[in-house]
Amino acid sequence: MSIETAFPSADRPRRLSARTIGAALLLALAAFAILGPWLIEADPARQDLGASLAPIGGAYLLGADHYGRSLLARLAHGARLSFGMAFLTMMTAALPGIFFGLVAAWRGGWIERMFELLANIVLALPGLMLVLLLLAFAPGNFGPLYLGLALTLWVEFYRVTRATTATILKQPHIEAAKLLGFGPGYILRNHVVPVIAPLIATLAAFAMATAIIAISTLSAISVGLQPPTPELGSMIVELLPYYAEAPVHVLLPAVLIFLLVLALQLVAQRETR
Amino acid sequence: MRRFLLARLVQAGVVAVVVGTLCFVLMRVLPGDAAMRIAAGRYGPDAMIAGAAEKVRQELGLDQPWPVQFLEWLANLVRFDLGHSLVTGAPVIEELKVQLGASLWLAAAALLLSLLIGPAIGIVSGLRPNGWADRLGLAGSVTLRALPPFMLGLILMLVFAIWLGWLPPAGFGSWRELALPSLTLALGLAAVSSRVTREAIATVAKAPYFAFARHKGLPEAAVVRRHGLRNAAIPVVSYLGLQAIYLVEGVVVVESILAYPGIGHALVHAIVERDIPMVQGTALAMGLIFVAVTAGVDAASAWLDPRLRRA
Repeated sequence: MSIETAFPSADRPRRLSARTIGAALLLALAAFAILGPWLIEADPARQDLGASLAPIGGAYLLGADHYGRSLLARLAHGARLSFGMAFLTMMTAALPGIFFGLVAAWRGGWIERMFELLANIVLALPGLMLVLLLLAFAPGNFGPLYLGLALTLWVEFYRVTRATTATILKQPHIEAAKLLGFGPGYILRNHVVPVIAPLIATLAAFAMATAIIAISTLSAISVGLQPPTPELGSMIVELLPYYAEAPVHVLLPAVLIFLLVLALQLVAQRETR
Repeated sequence: MRRFLLARLVQAGVVAVVVGTLCFVLMRVLPGDAAMRIAAGRYGPDAMIAGAAEKVRQELGLDQPWPVQFLEWLANLVRFDLGHSLVTGAPVIEELKVQLGASLWLAAAALLLSLLIGPAIGIVSGLRPNGWADRLGLAGSVTLRALPPFMLGLILMLVFAIWLGWLPPAGFGSWRELALPSLTLALGLAAVSSRVTREAIATVAKAPYFAFARHKGLPEAAVVRRHGLRNAAIPVVSYLGLQAIYLVEGVVVVESILAYPGIGHALVHAIVERDIPMVQGTALAMGLIFVAVTAGVDAASAWLDPRLRRA
């Protein structure tokens, strides 16, 4: 995962430890999300009404929900869904964002103005509003949710890449490299990428945290992914009416979302105070 | 100053065009017959449905070619004629007036509350960096930032409405119903603004003019009040512009979760019901609130920092 490159070589013990905790947490959660659905045989959609709200530690390791579905299986599948979708969204936003940023900084002129206009149009509305408007096309579907999130998240990658690259390209050592006959590929590899890579890694972690929050929030307010899907946000809302009987059951998906977002935000800590 | 306002006006125009175009396309591409759906919603699905749908189609002008409809659509938007709700049949603007009031109360209360909580914690933490208040503030901020607003709302609802029984869990009317949703938003906003304030205060406290004010013998309270607060307020206020995004998004989420009858609640319901004129009206109103808050932040920044006024 590209987030690993976010580690600073500078000696800042306190910050570094927060990041290490974040990275360890992220690794553990990623393992749960990737290996969990694979190792746990239980079907997250299989109902067993006799085991409705089964307690933790019985026949079901983490209990069962109100339809008697295995909570462990649902949590694992929910984590995979959130994590996978956040990763996919981040990649879909980052690749064009970085590419457009580089092109705009390199070429300038009308290309840059066109991308700036596009970015300003996207930023005129808060991101979630754009996602909601696109979701109106097909409430409860994966497509518009993914498209809307990627559409709002690419702007941040574009802006940071463009601004940073533009400052780098103005510096004298780049001009010297150009005069010595080094091509754009060499300059990009040796002068631009090393500077923007840590910034991009930080942005990527933030983008994934934003995506995870948005996905769970939208299904919690019933316009995102719909209930039979094991989605963490909708699991919370589904289990909430049974809070009095099974409080820990409600807490489990909530804690999972909290840890996912926390891990990503800790990894994304800026080095400078 | 005038340049800021012009930029915000352009932004408001962009908001209107984006929302209007998306909603128009939405109207055209939705699967199924809109007229049929509306007729079923109004009169119930019975044997007379085809005839009823035909009447609805003519009443709403759904039978004209699409370029005509699009131009008419944008022209209506410019005149603030937002049409009628497809579900209730009432004019959208009338419904918005009621909901706008509720949402503005919520947004204003949340912003005010966050400005009471965040900067206060930030000042206490920033005056003694790495002291116990600073660490507690950091831990609180990190925790709150990792909680999506809907979860924060549910947690506050459990604590204040179910366990303690101090506040009603949902509804609208007096300040008691306003308290939970605005506290949810305020805590989320304060999580960020407390840290921004802390950084700003710590920077100011290290500045030479701050040391000079102390050395010339001003009492500590006067130093902080006269030389600290206004300088530290500049980044805090300009950061509010970014927080406007959180505020508007949060209003949608928190209203839906805590059943507060504002514009965000109406937007989510309109999306579920595919009531496109309502989607358009509510999205437009939320977008314009966003632009207005950012414009207000611009003006406040210019007032605080005279250097910006010359730009």
